[in-house]
Amino acid sequence: MSGAATTPALAIADAVRRRERRAVEVVEEHLAAIAEVDGGLGCFLEVTADQARRRAAEVDAAVDAGRDPGPLAGVPVAVKDNLCTQGVPTTCASRILQGWHPPYDATVVTRLAGAGAVVVGKTNLDEFAMGSSTESSAFGPTRNPHDPERVPGGSSGGSAAAVAAGLAPLALGSDTGGSIRQPAALCGVVGMKPTYGTVSRYGLVAFASSLDQVGPFARSVADAAALYDAIAGHDPCDSTSLHQVPPACGPAVGSGVGGLRVGLVTELTEAEGVQADVRRRVAEAAEALASAGATVDPVSIPELRVALPAYYLLAPAEASSNLARYDGVRYGLRVDGDDVADMNARTREAGFGAEVKRRILLGTYALSAGYYDAYYGQAQRVRTLIIQAFRRAYEDFDVLLSATTPSTAFRLGEKVDDPLAMYLSDVCTIPTNLAGHPAMSVPFGTDGAGLPVGVQVLAPALGEAVMVAAAAVLEQAAPPTSLPTVAAPTLTGAGTGRGAATGGAR
Amino acid sequence: MARLARIALTEDELDRYAPQLASVLEHAAQVAALDTAGAAPTAHPFPLRNVLRPDEPRPSLDPQVVLAEAPAAEEGRFRVPRILGEAP
Repeated sequence: MSGAATTPALAIADAVRRRERRAVEVVEEHLAAIAEVDGGLGCFLEVTADQARRRAAEVDAAVDAGRDPGPLAGVPVAVKDNLCTQGVPTTCASRILQGWHPPYDATVVTRLAGAGAVVVGKTNLDEFAMGSSTESSAFGPTRNPHDPERVPGGSSGGSAAAVAAGLAPLALGSDTGGSIRQPAALCGVVGMKPTYGTVSRYGLVAFASSLDQVGPFARSVADAAALYDAIAGHDPCDSTSLHQVPPACGPAVGSGVGGLRVGLVTELTEAEGVQADVRRRVAEAAEALASAGATVDPVSIPELRVALPAYYLLAPAEASSNLARYDGVRYGLRVDGDDVADMNARTREAGFGAEVKRRILLGTYALSAGYYDAYYGQAQRVRTLIIQAFRRAYEDFDVLLSATTPSTAFRLGEKVDDPLAMYLSDVCTIPTNLAGHPAMSVPFGTDGAGLPVGVQVLAPALGEAVMVAAAAVLEQAAPPTSLPTVAAPTLTGAGTGRGAATGGAR
Repeated sequence: MARLARIALTEDELDRYAPQLASVLEHAAQVAALDTAGAAPTAHPFPLRNVLRPDEPRPSLDPQVVLAEAPAAEEGRFRVPRILGEAP
């Protein structure tokens, strides 16, 4: 692997700001790494090489002129392909949006530019972020850099795998039910889902609007915190954006856990189906926090057992409404029909994949007359019970600790025909989304087969700083793990001169 | 449901999805069976009320740019097949 793989984002930014390294060199290094290994991994749907080179040159020019390009100066960032990038295809890994060029940038993409970062490409995902393995992408799966026969998790699998493989030190994902934390755990990187409303959703293609949140991937807690600090903050373009100034996370790294009260959540760790190796690592993580000065006690929150079934009514219900906009009229695919309704139905049949169709059907059912109260209305009341249960738990604890996922990375194809088994991958991550709270996954050793294990730190709303402090302690205490050994020679690299367009029709 | 959702599913898809969705709904039935008396429904984690912005004119997207992404456009508008059942 190239040296690009191990340089932290903050070290790159520091060197570029001091003129010790040039942003153009940094970006070339990462573009070369992408060209070398991404043919085999499939992290990117689009590599924006020419734009990245131009942007890096601007960063260097700013440094030369004595201006500070920002805290992420010259840092390559991979962006999940459900975030709008002006003039650059944004597909949501769906045929229905293939070839669509958004007329504007998502706010988080604008903020990246403002912080001096360099977007290197758009990453693969489960179609419309619906999935836990990145296998529902219309353009082919992404492979886990630790074992190419296994999934990277999902839905932000391309972003997680790109960071794990050293193709970018930072990436953006979105998390509706675990879509940042679950792939982070499976790929052995840090993934953070911020408090709902602290990061703008303007330009994030909507899946389930009351749950969706944009957040960072990185190879270290400090880098993830720096990316969060760069993208967080009020945005008048997002009506759900909080007015509070979000807590700065960077300064919390290294502040320690002395006196912190940590609750080890029984339901998210001892649950049926949680792999023994994973439970063992969570127990070790709890011990690590205790020896760093925290008090750790088990806590039972029985309401969390119904979070998963409630989520799989609420999220599809919101999705069925949000995805009504893909009707063949204003953008994306159109398949002609006898009249408008026929054109709509044919377009949606041809444009959506199986998982998206299943979720739209499920959501339509949950919202339909006669079932609304029993399903959607009831799930909304369960959501209230979960929020109340978390509130009680946070009276006794500052942060909570659990497994991020019940198992380590599973094999490609293992769960594609069993939606319920796939949905259970998110059993530990979903409760946070229902409550709107922050949570993050930190790599903590491996299972018996050498696959990464992630542990999850949960915090109350706007508790990012204390969450990051605990995560940083866990990172220091984690058993040593090796970087993924992507076997570059056996994969078909496409050469360094691949240019801008790679994806779309992979 | 497929008609409500405006998706022209094939027979093969209907055969495949029906049992898959039945198993998900069986799981979801746990929710339907719970006692939630006294709990108000939550639509949103942190409801913000009266989110307003100053009523000031500002540039919007160029119609040409927007229409360039449409499957069919004519005279500055989106073009669609006929909406009513009878011939125009």
